[in-house]
Amino acid sequence: MNNKELAIKALDLRKVVVDMIMKSGGGHIGGDFSVMETLVTLYFDQMNISPENKDDLNRDYFIMSKGHSVESYYAVLADKGFFDTKELVDTFSQFGSKFIGHPNNEIDGIEMNSGSLGHGLPVSVGIALACKKDNRKSRVYTVMGDGELAEGSVWEGFMAAGHFGLGNLCAVVDRNHLQISGTTEEVMTHENLKSQVRSFGWNVIEANGNSIEAMHDAFEAAKTVTDKPTCIIANTIKGFGGGEVMENKASWHHHVPNEEEYEMIIKAIDERKEAIVNE
Amino acid sequence: MNKIPNRQAICETLMAHAKADRDIIALCSDSRGSASMTPFFNEFPDQSVEVGIAEQNLVSIAAGMAHVGKKPFCFSPACFLSTRSYEQAKVDVAYSNTNVKLIGISGGISYGELGMSHHSAQDIAAMSAIPNMRVYLPSDRFQTAKLIESLLQDEKPAYVRVGRNPVEDIYSESDTPFEMDKATVHKYEANGNKKVVLVACGEMVRPALDAAQLLKDKDISVTVLDMYCLKPFDEKGLINAVENADLVVSIEEHAPFGGLGSMVASVVAANRPTKVIQLALPDDHVITGKSKDVFNYYGLNAEGIVNAVCNID
Repeated sequence: MNNKELAIKALDLRKVVVDMIMKSGGGHIGGDFSVMETLVTLYFDQMNISPENKDDLNRDYFIMSKGHSVESYYAVLADKGFFDTKELVDTFSQFGSKFIGHPNNEIDGIEMNSGSLGHGLPVSVGIALACKKDNRKSRVYTVMGDGELAEGSVWEGFMAAGHFGLGNLCAVVDRNHLQISGTTEEVMTHENLKSQVRSFGWNVIEANGNSIEAMHDAFEAAKTVTDKPTCIIANTIKGFGGGEVMENKASWHHHVPNEEEYEMIIKAIDERKEAIVNE
Repeated sequence: MNKIPNRQAICETLMAHAKADRDIIALCSDSRGSASMTPFFNEFPDQSVEVGIAEQNLVSIAAGMAHVGKKPFCFSPACFLSTRSYEQAKVDVAYSNTNVKLIGISGGISYGELGMSHHSAQDIAAMSAIPNMRVYLPSDRFQTAKLIESLLQDEKPAYVRVGRNPVEDIYSESDTPFEMDKATVHKYEANGNKKVVLVACGEMVRPALDAAQLLKDKDISVTVLDMYCLKPFDEKGLINAVENADLVVSIEEHAPFGGLGSMVASVVAANRPTKVIQLALPDDHVITGKSKDVFNYYGLNAEGIVNAVCNID
């Protein structure tokens, strides 16, 4: 698929996310929308992973550290063929559903459970270290939120990955600058994030996290650095694609749209799609 | 007197298997010396991982390695492993169901002189409360080796606590009765009518056996259960032992809540209601001292157990 088709896919999958959240009555919609291009680029452009090779030792690994963005993760996995989208939308977060409100590795395609923040990077370090010891071709990817970076365990992971020189590890920070209480700079600043991570022995790349093309280029650049891990600071807009009603608003961290808001979001998505088609 | 601590028995057992099974990995948090794992790190550097003083990272990295087929054993002082990295044990190990074996060294009050920060008197309660986490407190070096051999055969999470100091041998090279997840039974038959059951785990098994001999000399029949398996708890073994007993005494190097005593009391109450006495550390700051002196102070010794039995009538 070319970048244009992937950009359209990322917009279409946002509609699946909205449907899941409307039907279940809950979900972390703002972060779902900011991280979507990262997930689509990984699953449809970068990673060696599919329902057919999900048990292959040399597959690529993905750990969703910001587990609360599970709706976008599920939507991408369903589109990739790991499970049925209708079943997902109909049962997400419903009583007894396997589609829990955070990633659960009893579901096909999900490697590890997450939900508690600050776990994904250290776990990914373990996966990458084991793959490196066995000379496997696998690359290991994880996505963290920027609010998540206040967890101390994240920095234990940064430290160890740099120490072990894990060139097969790529961590993405979904840098949307907002968390539930306000801006990340108000809550716990990461103004010097690039230099902070670099000082832990990482290669650091900044990219527009809502651009398929920019993320593609960033992931390709990461692969060229083999002696140290790469962190992609994906600059995003929380709620991206949902239009003015929800973009860049902390209150949409966890929010269920009403009918009017729903119509506005769908309209914004369709307008953006049309603009891409007409480019 | 035995000079080999249980932790050394773990290292020796893993070393005996590590050459043939290259997936065995030892991880330490600047703790390889206190874990007696230096020989393993020296002989198997490619199967050793040092993460520095970072227990959360220790457990998460182990979980990641297990996810891709490794068989990690994490070594860290039990006080830190069971609390600092509790969420990693819960989420990355138990919830994600990774084949990680958590080895809590210098457990209980092994570091008696170092204060509460270095005591792990809550680890049985904490770890047992996590679904899909097993909990073991082996009593001596021979049982420890058998337990590790058994844990190498499965792919499920487990937490094992061992103490820092050597404990007097209970079993031997040629005679270590061991069935996974079944308490080991020691019977001391006397002619009198009184029958007592002592249930102990870890370092408390030795004083329980010593107490059993003293009680037998007083014409009291005693069954000692070496309940190294706290979870899954050998309920059937306990229920069988308690049949016709007059008294059950639990002995543990643990706080009085959520540990062996709580488990014994709930099983006995539900199945064969019998009086249960719980001997444990206090719900308080533990007095400073070497562990043996601290045990003596709180009556966690043969004399204390005998007194507990004989003062109940």
